[in-house]
Amino acid sequence: MTATIENPNYRYPARSKGRRGPNLEKAGWIFMRASGVVLIVLIFGHLAYNLLWTPGGIHAIDFGFVGGKLAQPFWQWWDVLMLWLAILHGSNGMRTIVNDYVHQPRLRTIALGAIAAAAAILIILGTLITFTFDPCPAGADAALLPEFCASR
Amino acid sequence: MSDTTSSLTLPDPAPKRERIGGTLYRGNEGMWSWVLHRITGVAIYFFLLVHVLDTSLIRVSPEAYNTVIAAYKNPIMGLGEVGLVAAVVLHALNGLRIILVDTWSWATKHQRLLFWIVVGVAVVLMAYFTPTHLINVFSPIEEGH
Repeated sequence: MTATIENPNYRYPARSKGRRGPNLEKAGWIFMRASGVVLIVLIFGHLAYNLLWTPGGIHAIDFGFVGGKLAQPFWQWWDVLMLWLAILHGSNGMRTIVNDYVHQPRLRTIALGAIAAAAAILIILGTLITFTFDPCPAGADAALLPEFCASR
Repeated sequence: MSDTTSSLTLPDPAPKRERIGGTLYRGNEGMWSWVLHRITGVAIYFFLLVHVLDTSLIRVSPEAYNTVIAAYKNPIMGLGEVGLVAAVVLHALNGLRIILVDTWSWATKHQRLLFWIVVGVAVVLMAYFTPTHLINVFSPIEEGH
């Protein structure tokens, strides 16, 4: 006589029995690694360009500098990709930490909701601003604007 | 009555060691790199929330953006930025270490050595970043840009 033992001595299977649909936890695991590698390139580039390779570094950062960068599609897409990946990577990391340490169901729901709301608001806000932003706003003090605004 | 003794009634065997250690992740470089990854990750997350909001002021007015970004230029914030970049560098390099440990058996066996390589590379990168940034931070601010 034979007996079939399902998941012998294994209390935590990778997937719950009977669960259907895509394996979102596995997708999240892959996303953290893939986005992490891309973020290293984007953030190290962001830091090197803004703080090391621009003369003056942190002191040179003002509306003229950022406006000049975001007037170019290259930096628009760089910053938007960095925004999406960083917020999603960071929010998923915070979700992991909340799942590890917050055991009270109600508090956990509130914390996860706050993380998701913050992520949605910042991604929408940042994306809209990057693509609707005017580097030469009418009526602004010309001394504060990027240099190319003078020739417009 | 049966003579059978359930193993459940036996006293717990004496723990082999009092100190936490000897497993893959507990008590050595494996655990401390995990703690460091969490702390740096949370710190970067909260900075990210603020940084998206301050950058959003470019949509309000040049004056509003310049006023808020000026807060990043005082020396105390300048030192904080060194800490932030160190957190980013450690999180980035340890993230690469995690990918290697997950996918490459040599790296799984040598994860402790890899942690010290992460620390070493982070020190080298910070030796490149810190002098340049602090010279900028402590230089007199010029008029305009």
